[in-house]
Amino acid sequence: MTDRLSSLTLVRRIKAPPAKVWAAITRPDLMLQWWGPDAGPTLSVEADVRPGGRFSVVFRLLNGDEHNPTGVYREVAPEKKLVFTWDVPGAPEPESLVTFRLEPFDGGTELTLTHERLPDEAARASHEHGWNGLLDKLPVYLGVAP
Amino acid sequence: MAKHHSSGMDRTFWALADSTRRGVLQRLIDEPGLSVSALAESFSLKLPGMTKHLDVLSDAGLITRTKTGRTVAVTLSPAPMQEAIAWLNRYERFWSVSLNRLTALVEQDGEP
Repeated sequence: MTDRLSSLTLVRRIKAPPAKVWAAITRPDLMLQWWGPDAGPTLSVEADVRPGGRFSVVFRLLNGDEHNPTGVYREVAPEKKLVFTWDVPGAPEPESLVTFRLEPFDGGTELTLTHERLPDEAARASHEHGWNGLLDKLPVYLGVAP
Repeated sequence: MAKHHSSGMDRTFWALADSTRRGVLQRLIDEPGLSVSALAESFSLKLPGMTKHLDVLSDAGLITRTKTGRTVAVTLSPAPMQEAIAWLNRYERFWSVSLNRLTALVEQDGEP
């Protein structure tokens, strides 16, 4: 499904090497310094950066609202790729997936961020149902159905 | 309630994943109340083909159909799409600002 409304991609060319960018997106003390959508403070960062490890970030917006996105790291390839799920507990929105890709570029780093929404359980169930249906038909096709 | 809400979002995204269906919505913005047969004609589809697309859009709550005699008029019901766009806008803002701050952080000298 290539629906431009279900994902967003941002690209930044950064005048710093991938190692430095990687540190900034994985070290809690550095994440504290940039994570957040306005000039409000980032209050806490926990990040267990390994596949299956969790992160939890709390930030406060200038309007006083606090948010606490959490998630699980799916893929950790140092200085190349970081993938984690994104969940905002209690918020009425689908689970989503965030990917940071780092590529060396002209002495610096090209950073590509993708934030895509994931199908929810209903969609997954219907997908599985489709596959199960196919598997049900296979024995008939092969002539081995009872 | 969150679950129902996100299922609704999924239907919306699914419905919008098709270029014909996006085209139909575009047409309906310009011409609200267009009939099913007029829509089928303008997309070179037979009635059943267009009806399938309209069913998907209707399940997602993106359109409503009203029958008058033998004519079925289709109108836009944009609330779910606005929800999808709001999701996108929210994260676009979130990450744009965050990445600007990230860039400033790593480009300053003396940081590890």
